[in-house]
Amino acid sequence: MAGRMVIGSAALAGLVRPASAPDPAGAHRVLPVTPELTGLLPSRGLRRGSTIAVAAGQPRHSGATSLILALLAEASRAGSWCAVAGVPTFGAVAAAELGIALDRLALVPHPGPDWATVVAALIDGVDVVVTAVPAGVSAPVASRLAARARQRGTVLVPYGRWDGADVTLQVTRGAWQGLGTGRGRLRRREVTVSARGRGAAARPREATVWLPGDALTRVVPRPVPGPPAASVTGRSAAGLLRAVPAAPAAEPPPPALTLVGPA
Amino acid sequence: MTAGFRPEGAGGHAAPVRTLVLWCPDWPVIAAEIADGVPATDPVAVLHANRVVACSEQARAEGVRRGLRRREAQGRCPRLTVVDHDPARDARAFEPVVAAVEELVAGVEVVRPGACAVAARGPGRYLGGEEAAAERIVEHVAQACAVESQIGIADGVFAAGLAARSGRVVPPGGTPGFLADLPVEALGRPALADLLRRLGVRTLGGFAALPPGDVLARFGFDGALAHRLAAGRDHRPLAVRQPPADLAVTADQDEPLDRVDAAAFVARALAERLHEHLAAYGLACTRLGIEAVTAHGQELHRVWRHDGLLTAAAIADRVRWQLDGWLSGGRPGRAGARPPRPTAGIIRLRLVPDGVIAQGALQPGLWGEAGEERERAHRALSRVQGVLGPEAVVTAVLGGGRSPADQVRLVPWGDERLPTRPGPPPLPAHADPLSGPDAPPAGPARSRRPGRVAARAADRIDGRAGEPPWPGRLPPPAPAVVLPEPLAATVHDAAGEPVVVSARLAVSAPPAWLAVGTGQPARITGWTGPWPVDERWWAPAEARRRARFQVCLADGSALLLAVEGGRWLVEAVYD
Repeated sequence: MAGRMVIGSAALAGLVRPASAPDPAGAHRVLPVTPELTGLLPSRGLRRGSTIAVAAGQPRHSGATSLILALLAEASRAGSWCAVAGVPTFGAVAAAELGIALDRLALVPHPGPDWATVVAALIDGVDVVVTAVPAGVSAPVASRLAARARQRGTVLVPYGRWDGADVTLQVTRGAWQGLGTGRGRLRRREVTVSARGRGAAARPREATVWLPGDALTRVVPRPVPGPPAASVTGRSAAGLLRAVPAAPAAEPPPPALTLVGPA
Repeated sequence: MTAGFRPEGAGGHAAPVRTLVLWCPDWPVIAAEIADGVPATDPVAVLHANRVVACSEQARAEGVRRGLRRREAQGRCPRLTVVDHDPARDARAFEPVVAAVEELVAGVEVVRPGACAVAARGPGRYLGGEEAAAERIVEHVAQACAVESQIGIADGVFAAGLAARSGRVVPPGGTPGFLADLPVEALGRPALADLLRRLGVRTLGGFAALPPGDVLARFGFDGALAHRLAAGRDHRPLAVRQPPADLAVTADQDEPLDRVDAAAFVARALAERLHEHLAAYGLACTRLGIEAVTAHGQELHRVWRHDGLLTAAAIADRVRWQLDGWLSGGRPGRAGARPPRPTAGIIRLRLVPDGVIAQGALQPGLWGEAGEERERAHRALSRVQGVLGPEAVVTAVLGGGRSPADQVRLVPWGDERLPTRPGPPPLPAHADPLSGPDAPPAGPARSRRPGRVAARAADRIDGRAGEPPWPGRLPPPAPAVVLPEPLAATVHDAAGEPVVVSARLAVSAPPAWLAVGTGQPARITGWTGPWPVDERWWAPAEARRRARFQVCLADGSALLLAVEGGRWLVEAVYD
């Protein structure tokens, strides 16, 4: 009994921390993203303090907005505060459909000439800051904002041209499904996202995801580098891939507090 | 030892409290006269769900009774004025009556609009006898509010309420005898009264004579409670109405304030006083009324709404913004006519917390996580509001509507999150059962109007009562880019002719080329539509008739187009 008590209090000591203590390194440093996108990011999530740029694609409307929404969705659902600056065309309904909590999402549609001040203020306060990069932002300003994000533990997601990001995501291909000629409706889109960056992300990666999917977004394996058993059609193989646990496996499940009790 | 746990104390059945009930006959009718000016001396009936709930004296003389249908009532009395039942109006109109009673006696409990109860012992002693007290209260109410009322005094609220109908003072201990002769309908439980009547029990005395155990077994708890009331054992203590605390704070200035910075200085001190005041009551305010009086006697008033976390600094900010607006007057470059600058400085500033809520929900969590991030975000966003103005930071609220732009309302950060139009918010994608992983693509081939199908499916899932279903709204997925101003576009068919949609929704030819603005035409690889939307046709000024199309372009992008009055518009982009 006494030994169990010790185990129980030790477990408790791992879980409880004083309110003033900073977040311990590890799980708290990474905000979750949907499992389909973990493969693109070196820390399998949005690492606090990092800059994850989303490049505007090459037709202009290419799926970058949906990619940003998908990046935010899981973190927002888990309780993080997000802000979107400089995107007056933000589709709030689409954001809600992807699972973003709108009451924790602040929009600054027109930051105007004070863009850098506004973004810096947002970096101080919220967990994820998405901002459209206005034309003519100088490199010192950009690096100052990135440094501020690193210091405050905020994830900065610039949308547009941004040099020196930890990871740069770009939609390279997108194809809608469900629309015929005079019939059907837009149902889902297969999007290929490529990631390149610095350090651990130096090796280019690529993933194909449904954005938006018909239910949750799910991975479509590429025929060549995928597992040999995967079929070419996305649907059946999606189930196969989902069986592999995509959650960060490094973190052991928290010990149950019910250990303490009558032996 | 167990005596202390008995619910009614050591004394067993406590005697019912001697109670005085003030009753205003036909209160809904009187309230309609007070609030809406419907003369109560004419035949008037108040209807709820097509049934008469109250009528005036003259209407009663013509044969109108409670429970009649509108047609029957109007048949009996053709001159009848019909008023809708509005409990809020009744309660509002009753408030001055309660206040008048409160001027004479303390501890008033409102039983329902039109009736209030007080403990009779205090006023009976102070005003020299129960009957004298009753006379005094009736007279005071008549003088203060010009409302006729009657008073009954008995043991317990129930018996006193019945005594008030006949204006009687039942002597102490005489309550069971007073009740015994009354019919069972007096219980106010029609189903129970009907049943008792069929069982041969016609009076409250007869009902009270039944054994309590049998009544409980046969009629359940409500029946047992009614049985206690019929026996005159109304032990419910009076729930006393507390007069609302005066929470407003006022600052009087000797020197009129005409500079914004000086006013802001006063505002900060005043905000801190208000915040302290509210915190002392454990309250937080959701609507803040700011009132100012200028040296020339001009009164300015404005109410600010907020979602509840009004800290001292937040209150001060709002007061400062408001004073800035007033003192700087009509700022050029702003849409809408602003009130002109006041003619003199402000001499009195008053903050009125308009809606207050208990503050418990706003306190930070025990370990500091729950409130800390919210607090941090609020600070940062308030700072951005300070840089760009309060309307520059917004948050989106979903509501009803047919187009993606209609479904969203952008509320300035900190204001109450209320949608423009009622309605179920659009479905989250993962909750849509029609588009499960293995479900066949429902609808597109079979249904010409998938929007309607999706909307109906949404109703089935969260079909909350009273919310309009918005038939014809766009099916999910919603576009990720919604253009605030639609872009003009031109659509041509394969032969180069402009595509037109007739009034009967016939498309002249399959669209093949789309040019946005003056840009290069892009080839259309897939399209669907037209999905008609005919909104507010009953209001000619706001009527909009559109037909929507979804198109896919050769470069892989997808757009939402609309034809309105022969012009093509790009409404949104499925980015």
